[in-house]
Amino acid sequence: MNHRRPGTLLTGLWHNNPALVQLLGLCPLLAVSNTAINGLALGIATVVTLVISNTLVSATRRWLIEEIRIPVYVLLIAGVVTCVGMLMNAYAHGIYLQLGIFIPLIITNCMILARAEAYASRNHIAAAAQDALAQGSGFAIVLFTMGAIRELLGTGTLLANSHLLFGSIGSAAPLINLQTDRGLLIAILPPGAFILLGLLIATKNAMHQAVNSNNQVRRDREHDLLE
Amino acid sequence: MNLSDRSAPVRDALVLGTFALAVGAALLLVNRITADTVEANKLRALRQTLQIVLPGDTHNNDPAESKLTLEDEHNNQRIAYRAFRDGQPVAAAITASAPDGYAGQIELLVGVSYAGVITGVRVLSHQETPGLGDLIDAKKSSWIIEFNGESLSQTRIWKVRKDGGDFDQFTGATITPRAVVRAVKQTLEWYMANRQRIFEPS
Repeated sequence: MNHRRPGTLLTGLWHNNPALVQLLGLCPLLAVSNTAINGLALGIATVVTLVISNTLVSATRRWLIEEIRIPVYVLLIAGVVTCVGMLMNAYAHGIYLQLGIFIPLIITNCMILARAEAYASRNHIAAAAQDALAQGSGFAIVLFTMGAIRELLGTGTLLANSHLLFGSIGSAAPLINLQTDRGLLIAILPPGAFILLGLLIATKNAMHQAVNSNNQVRRDREHDLLE
Repeated sequence: MNLSDRSAPVRDALVLGTFALAVGAALLLVNRITADTVEANKLRALRQTLQIVLPGDTHNNDPAESKLTLEDEHNNQRIAYRAFRDGQPVAAAITASAPDGYAGQIELLVGVSYAGVITGVRVLSHQETPGLGDLIDAKKSSWIIEFNGESLSQTRIWKVRKDGGDFDQFTGATITPRAVVRAVKQTLEWYMANRQRIFEPS
């Protein structure tokens, strides 16, 4: 049991990024990051789910008995994801159809269960929500970045079909259109996602080593992983 | 073994049951709130799809309102959205379900003219692999347009090329197009055999 300060935004985005450092939630990360808008939409849905589920787990933590805590987490997360799915179906129908099976599959994103177990069940509500926001944003930004890169390489467009997410503010036409008939097909196929994720992790590690020679950050990170 | 140990399973079950009830109530509530909007979204999407799969200028009724539910020879429910011009049948959009896709059912809407020529096919819902099988979706590729103008008498072989037929498959995904081709063919056969029943005034 520990009452640690909540993970700051920088921890979630960088030092202990769920996708690049903890390598959690790879299934949606690799499958849905084929366009920037898909990535952004699933990223937002995941952040919303994580914030609500972390808050609920934290709020009910005094009734969470050791033996049944995991089924309760799963129950809460599944309920939240189903509600988010129904709300998206009603108010963002286009993107709901586009993301299809990956909305209910947010339930299986182990990042969400991991935060419930490792953080929310041991800390007060505000800290749990902040932790969820930090971790979720870290995941969403990687999802969006991968989506943008893969879309640009694979189909030669960027932010196509933004009307599905932003309604009348967006448009079906992409922000950038390289006007290519054939992009780099592998970029939008699953192997391309694996390769790109590897490159992103390598880049992050290289930057990390270059910038941080002191140990403070590394100690923070080990601390997070141990939890 | 003390008393609290023995009562632990009961207590656990109570806590778990309470959580289940609370989550269930929340789901019920959100479902209530969103149900009408979801229905409206579905109907709007249906009208849009009907407009695409049926030739627009040949009918003057609202096919979404003129629907008929029938059972086919495999006991599957099919919905026929019928297009009339001044009471004369001109075309129908038939729902079809391909059970043999790569991941779950593929729901289709097949538009057929009265004579039996396909006027358009669209995928209503599917769970095929993103980037591979989902190319059956008109938003992702133009593959599904291939069906336009086909009929049982014109098309030589209703199979994908890999099986010796006349329809393209995708690189890396044969199962999905194969399932769609088969479902469209079966729909066409059922339509031709049941045309009388479908356009019967209800």
